Amino acid sequence: MAQMRVLPGQPDAAATAAVDLRTRLAGLALPNPVLTASGCAGAGRELHQFVDVASLGAVVTKSIMLAPRAGRATPRMVETPSGLLNSIGLQGPGLEEFLAHDLPWLVEHGARPVVSIAGESVEEYARLAARLRHAPGVAGVEVNISCPNVANRGLVFACRATDAATVVRAVRQNTAGSVPVLAKLSPDVTDIVEIAAACVAAGADGLSLINTLLGMVIDTTTMRPSLAGVTGGLSGPAIRPVAVRCVWQVHEAMPEVPILAMGGILTGSDALEMVLAGASAVSVGTAIFHDPGAPGRILAELAHALAGLGFARLVDAVGYAHRPPEPPPDAGAGSGTVTDAGADAPAEGSADVEAVTGPPQVRR
Amino acid sequence: MPVQVRGEVLSVKRVGEYHEMTIVAPGIAEHARPGQFVTLAVGGTPTSMLTRRAFSIFRVAERGVYGGTVQVVFAVTGAGTAWLAARRAHDSLDVVGPLGRPFSLPRDPASATLVGGGYGAAPLIWLGEVLRRRGARVDFVLGASRETRLFGSLDAKRMATTVAITTEDGTVGVRGRVTDVLPTLMTRANADVVYACGPMPMLAEVTRIAADRGASVQVAVEESMACGIGVCMTCVLPVVGEDGVIRMVRSCVQGPVMDGTRVRWEDIGTVPEGTWGTAPVAGATSVRSGSR
Ligand SMILES: Cc1cc2nc3c(=O)[nH]c(=O)nc-3n(C[C@H](O)[C@H](O)[C@H](O)COP(=O)(O)OP(=O)(O)OC[C@H]3O[C@@H](n4cnc5c(N)ncnc54)[C@H](O)[C@@H]3O)c2cc1C
Ligand SMILES: Cc1cc2nc3c(=O)[nH]c(=O)nc-3n(C[C@H](O)[C@H](O)[C@H](O)COP(=O)(O)O)c2cc1C
Ligand code: FES
Repeated sequence: MAQMRVLPGQPDAAATAAVDLRTRLAGLALPNPVLTASGCAGAGRELHQFVDVASLGAVVTKSIMLAPRAGRATPRMVETPSGLLNSIGLQGPGLEEFLAHDLPWLVEHGARPVVSIAGESVEEYARLAARLRHAPGVAGVEVNISCPNVANRGLVFACRATDAATVVRAVRQNTAGSVPVLAKLSPDVTDIVEIAAACVAAGADGLSLINTLLGMVIDTTTMRPSLAGVTGGLSGPAIRPVAVRCVWQVHEAMPEVPILAMGGILTGSDALEMVLAGASAVSVGTAIFHDPGAPGRILAELAHALAGLGFARLVDAVGYAHRPPEPPPDAGAGSGTVTDAGADAPAEGSADVEAVTGPPQVRR
Repeated sequence: MPVQVRGEVLSVKRVGEYHEMTIVAPGIAEHARPGQFVTLAVGGTPTSMLTRRAFSIFRVAERGVYGGTVQVVFAVTGAGTAWLAARRAHDSLDVVGPLGRPFSLPRDPASATLVGGGYGAAPLIWLGEVLRRRGARVDFVLGASRETRLFGSLDAKRMATTVAITTEDGTVGVRGRVTDVLPTLMTRANADVVYACGPMPMLAEVTRIAADRGASVQVAVEESMACGIGVCMTCVLPVVGEDGVIRMVRSCVQGPVMDGTRVRWEDIGTVPEGTWGTAPVAGATSVRSGSR
């Protein structure tokens, strides 16, 4: 077997292809860790023109409510530095139309649909979950709790641990045991770990981190708010450090709870950052608006980055940043896939590894 | 079906206050039709400008020396278009297209009046050529605030039966707006159909004039867009369906070309009462109180 020179960060194609990208998200086995973010890929149909929905880890659909919803007035969007502020107002067809047209389409096309649900009362969430229970093909349920609770002066469920937990419990109780329930948290809270713990205690199988941050832009020409909805949700790379911090804190407090991370992922290295912070999978949102081919590109870049660091399996990188720094883990200690190839005789300078047969090289 | 391609700038040239850019973009020219648009990523990699910029397709050439090309005409109005104006030959560009619904063409030879405001003339020049080839009578009304913002008048003159020009400052043609001269022109041309592209208030007024005279009217609307491919729900406007129900319709996939008479022009920027998906019962939350 020929020796191949592999430069740090530039693994050969074979090494990239050899990275095992499979992951598990709260009992849900996924072929790879790159999903779409709710509200950024509709129900998959339009995106399918650019990325085969079956090739995605899963498709997280736009949050659906019981009834059709017109959404807010326009303008609904304003671009900000490395970000996007939106106030769509959950425009959507309502659950019945979603079940009649969108869910079957996703299933037919080989996608794994994770259905995002949103409601204005605990009862609405419970009814959504109960109705989804009998819909074939639902791979998972993501609970968007960044919605105003009509019964509690419009306070967003995600902002109070008890409200968040009540919704999650209602959804969990009405969802088949085999279908994981992910609670999607808002970063606009004092202590995200407290909310996360409450959701897990209420039965959440995993957590989606993070929803958009509440923001605002004023047009200095008209001297009025830029969005018709006045405030909106900030997304994109501008919020990525906030997302990484949330994933880090929650993973540190509850390392056993699976995390689906989102917030400004634009490249494979952004995705890797989330994985290292503790995410088992990632969702791509705003990046799709910038580059409709982003999910596929990000997956390829992530595989490349993992191979470059010597990881043979994605799962070995999950939460890696929490490990104490040097020395790197012993070859025999872990699963054996992240190995220090040069434990006895460090490969000085040269990063020659034997392709395929040689042990993976950890370079850092 | 739209594709995403890495295009290459062939040329950028000044035309009055506009920039006319020709991009080698294989796979797009072959399937594009007048009224459709492309979106361009701006700012390079990495960029702080995440939303793609939308531009009507001015012209396509299916097989140039370098493969299919797409032309767009744009005004510099902000950082994204300024970045585009600074591109030079051989620079690469991320192009998605063709997007949206094109103008529909009359089945039989008809009399078509094409009304363009500013760079809105760009897609109409191509449309006019297609209509002429199908044996239609084509008349143009082109307008702008001033002469340097007038686009396409030479091309229009080459193919049209008549061309009327208006500028708001009177630097060329009739002083005033396209809608001032449209009624007379429609009568003279015995217009069956009006096609329009330009600022939204112009489209509203053109629709009123055309509908009053019993002509059908197709307009290419310009709403702010975040994705351009139908996934984000940014670009909506209230449109009355065949069933009489108002819906918030995505202009990037159910437009940009629409039947002007179906658009609720006076309600743009609102969600009119009774729109599909608004709370039907009193006491229910208003559409503005929803979550993000
Ligand atoms: C279907 C369609 C076709 C268009 N065709 C043309 C054309 O042929 N020639 C041309 O010059 N312009 C055209 N426009 C408008 C063009 O997209 C904007 O001028 C451009 O996006 C402005 O970008 P900017 O970065 O310079 O401005 P900025 O104001 O910095 O842009 C900020 C944000 O607002 C959005 N935006 C700003 N102005 C507009 C606008 N008028 N319409 C939509 N979004 C806007 C941008 O996309 C961006 O997201 C078209 C728009 C649409 C929707
Ligand atoms: C236009 C838009 C619509 C969104 N709609 C939803 C939604 O319906 N439900 C939801 O849970 N999150 C929604 N989000 C939030 C995203 O799913 C994601 O959590 C957030 O945007 C951060 O990721 P990003 O930076 O990759 O976009 C939306 C975001 C955007 C930009
Ligand atoms: S611009 Fe995103 S749906 Fe039209």
